[in-house]
Amino acid sequence: MSEIVKRETAPVKRAERVETVSPVVDIHQNADGYVLEVEMPGVSKSGVEITFEDGKLTLTGHRTDIPTEDAVYRESSDADYRRVFDLDPTVDSSRIEASIDQGLLTVKLPKAEAARPRRIPVA
Amino acid sequence: MRLVSYKPQLTPWSSFDRLASLRDLFDSAFQLANQAPLFGPDRGWMPALDIYEDDDRITVRLEAAGMKKEDFDISLHDDNLTISGERKAENRDGESFRSERFFGKFSRTFTLPAQVKADKVKATYKDGVLTIDLPKADEAKPHKITVDVK
Repeated sequence: MSEIVKRETAPVKRAERVETVSPVVDIHQNADGYVLEVEMPGVSKSGVEITFEDGKLTLTGHRTDIPTEDAVYRESSDADYRRVFDLDPTVDSSRIEASIDQGLLTVKLPKAEAARPRRIPVA
Repeated sequence: MRLVSYKPQLTPWSSFDRLASLRDLFDSAFQLANQAPLFGPDRGWMPALDIYEDDDRITVRLEAAGMKKEDFDISLHDDNLTISGERKAENRDGESFRSERFFGKFSRTFTLPAQVKADKVKATYKDGVLTIDLPKADEAKPHKITVDVK
C-alpha cells in the first residue's frame, strides 16, 4: 500500500528529448547499390546533415525558412527532420553521395566492389 | 482542407455476440477500414498546408517536395483558392525496399480569410515549398479612423 502511494507521488521524470519528425522515404536498389529518396520540404542544402557512425546513417534536415508570424491555419511543423538507417555492411561508406533538390534529398549508397554482382568469364 | 462539412460516420457498436469469434473481430476491423480510407486512390495525396495573414497580405505555404514548378496549378475563384498538382512517379529499375512517398494528383481548396487582389497574386516554389503571396484588396485592409474629440 505505502509502496503504491510513494510511487504515485514521486515526481514524474521525463527524458529530455528534441522533437523531430520522421520524413517519408523511398528506398530502391540499382546496379550500383541503394538509393534513398527522403522528403524534406523546407530544407535547403545548408540545412542537411548526414552522419555515418557505427553502421548507422543519420539524416537530419533543418528547416531554414520558418515563418515568424502566427499562422491562421497550420498543418506543417517547425521541427527538424531526422531518420536513422542501419546500413547494409556491403555499402562502401567512403563513397556515399547526397544531393537535395526541391526538398527531396537523394542519398546514393554504393555497394563495395567485392559485394557487387559480377560476371565471371569462363576461361 | 476540403470544404465539406464534417459528418462523422456513426457506426453503432457491434453487439458482443458479433465479436464472439475472432473471425468476426477481424471482419469488423476490415469494415472500418473500408468505410473511411485514410490513404489510397479515394483520398489521394494531401500535402501539408499553412495559411498566414497580416494586415496587408495572406501567405499560403504548401509542402510538396520533389516537384517541378510546372506541375502546380493555382486558381482563384471568388474567395476560394484551389491548389492542385501532380507528382509524377519516375520509372525506376531495380528492387524497391520501401515506398512511403505519394505520387499522383492532389487538390486542395479553401476559402481565403479576406478578399485579395487577384491580379497581384504571386507564387514561388523553393526547397519543396510552394509559397503563394496574396495581397489583400484595399477594402479588406483594416482602416484607422481618427476622430477629433472636441
